[in-house]
Amino acid sequence: MNKVMLELITNGIGETLYMTLTSTVIAYILGIPLGVLIYITGKDGICRNRIINFIAGVLINIVRSVPFLILVVAIIPFTRMVVGTSIGSTATIVPLVVAATPFVARMVESSLREVDEGVVEAAKAMGASRMQIILKVLLPEARPSLLVGATIAIATILGYSAMAGFVGGGGLGAIAINYGYYRYQGDIMLVTVALLVIIVQLFQEVGVRLVNKLDKRLK
Amino acid sequence: MIRLEHVTKTFQSSGKNLHAVKDVSLTIEKGEIFGIIGFSGAGKSTLVRCINLLERPTEGAVYLENTNLMEVSQVQLLKHRQNMGMIFQHFYLLSQRNVLDNVIFPLEIIGKRKQEARKKAAELLEIVGLSDKAKAYPAQLSGGQKQRVAIARALATDPKVLLCDEATSALDPETTRNILSLIQEINQKLGVTVVIITHEMKVIEQICDRVAVMNKGQVEEMGTVKEVFLHPRSQTAKRLLLPQGSELVQELEVGTMRIAFDGQSSFEPVISRLTLESGALINILGANTENIGGKAYGQMLIELPKEEESKKKIKDYLASQGIHYEEGGQADE
Repeated sequence: MNKVMLELITNGIGETLYMTLTSTVIAYILGIPLGVLIYITGKDGICRNRIINFIAGVLINIVRSVPFLILVVAIIPFTRMVVGTSIGSTATIVPLVVAATPFVARMVESSLREVDEGVVEAAKAMGASRMQIILKVLLPEARPSLLVGATIAIATILGYSAMAGFVGGGGLGAIAINYGYYRYQGDIMLVTVALLVIIVQLFQEVGVRLVNKLDKRLK
Repeated sequence: MIRLEHVTKTFQSSGKNLHAVKDVSLTIEKGEIFGIIGFSGAGKSTLVRCINLLERPTEGAVYLENTNLMEVSQVQLLKHRQNMGMIFQHFYLLSQRNVLDNVIFPLEIIGKRKQEARKKAAELLEIVGLSDKAKAYPAQLSGGQKQRVAIARALATDPKVLLCDEATSALDPETTRNILSLIQEINQKLGVTVVIITHEMKVIEQICDRVAVMNKGQVEEMGTVKEVFLHPRSQTAKRLLLPQGSELVQELEVGTMRIAFDGQSSFEPVISRLTLESGALINILGANTENIGGKAYGQMLIELPKEEESKKKIKDYLASQGIHYEEGGQADE
């Protein structure tokens, strides 16, 4: 493999990490409040509200049902509006965030469900406000489970980012498609796919270790 | 201190109305330990949740020191709740916080400064005897230790009332006694009014001043523990009093007798004396007695001899010893 190719792949790794991590962070910034909202307005939540719960649920399901590649193309005008272009890694972040946020919201919701309702009741008995229950009980108690969810989310978002290579996204996915698929350069395909596997593996490993370290129920 | 007036709580479940609590009125005096006993599903847990409005009563009024909690705003209600600590059967500690931070938690909620909160929490851990576990996490503690942390946490905001919802039901007998002693100590030293929900008569016997017996959402009987213990009037109270070994016995049958030990000396061999005095053989059907500080507490269910003569001797002996008894088949209602 020559120097040019090496540089290409190194850049690809950088772009992939940039897209994946930035999208994950933004998706979590948006997805946590959305997940909390859907949980607390739900049947056993602390602010039951059928209408809000229903609307949020339907919105989440709509976005989650649209195949990612179609979503990327469909929101091109929106992507242009936000980042000024519809190709390259930065442009990919927009559809990645749109696709990942509802997914993250569902993950957050399911993590919050795992929190013992009794602990919430105990906090209520102490006179905690709803905000305090969310910030001091629900989210901290769900922390290990949220972290497990985050490792799953990262792997999924990484997969999406590679898919975006088909429609003008950057990163390792684009290299695999442009060189490996269109130009039949099997070795490049192999290297990029192997790199994607390694990256997913690394995130998974770091995630599991963090959970083991942080979850106080395990000791 | 706490006054419930005609409190009713109705749950709607699949179109049907379920009356968990029906028209309950009772007054809990400042500084007392008040027990509420009943079988599972009697509505006692719902009733205690009506006191701090974790369950808002469908009807009625809940007074805490002359404030009707049903009428105050949400913000005010949160303030009032800080005057009522609560502990639970399953402790409900924050699993991701260590012991000290669990006790600090209610102080964070009321916005206490960090240093003060730490100091206060350390003091409380001292009181419940867990200073050495301050840095441990709940998962590393035994049930009894978890309940001690929960008690420390419930006391952090210096509440006037401590609500205990089946607080000892998940603990073994020995730990139960220790936890109850701790609650009693807190009641005496800090003057905290205590409300205890339980299905176990021995919990009531050990520390309560007064008791309300609940069945099907209603209070069937209320009085000092001694009154209810020695002269139970309601069917529920009688069933709760029967020794646990005779769970199949729904009520006293003809030819049996319930003997209540209410702090007689444990060293007095009552049953042996009975046999000697009456000259009849006595069969013990079930017993649930405990030695608390050298005194015998509990019940014994015995089979009476057929002969009237022996029966009379037995009763005479029990009367002479000041031991209360209840004969089966003798309707006293």
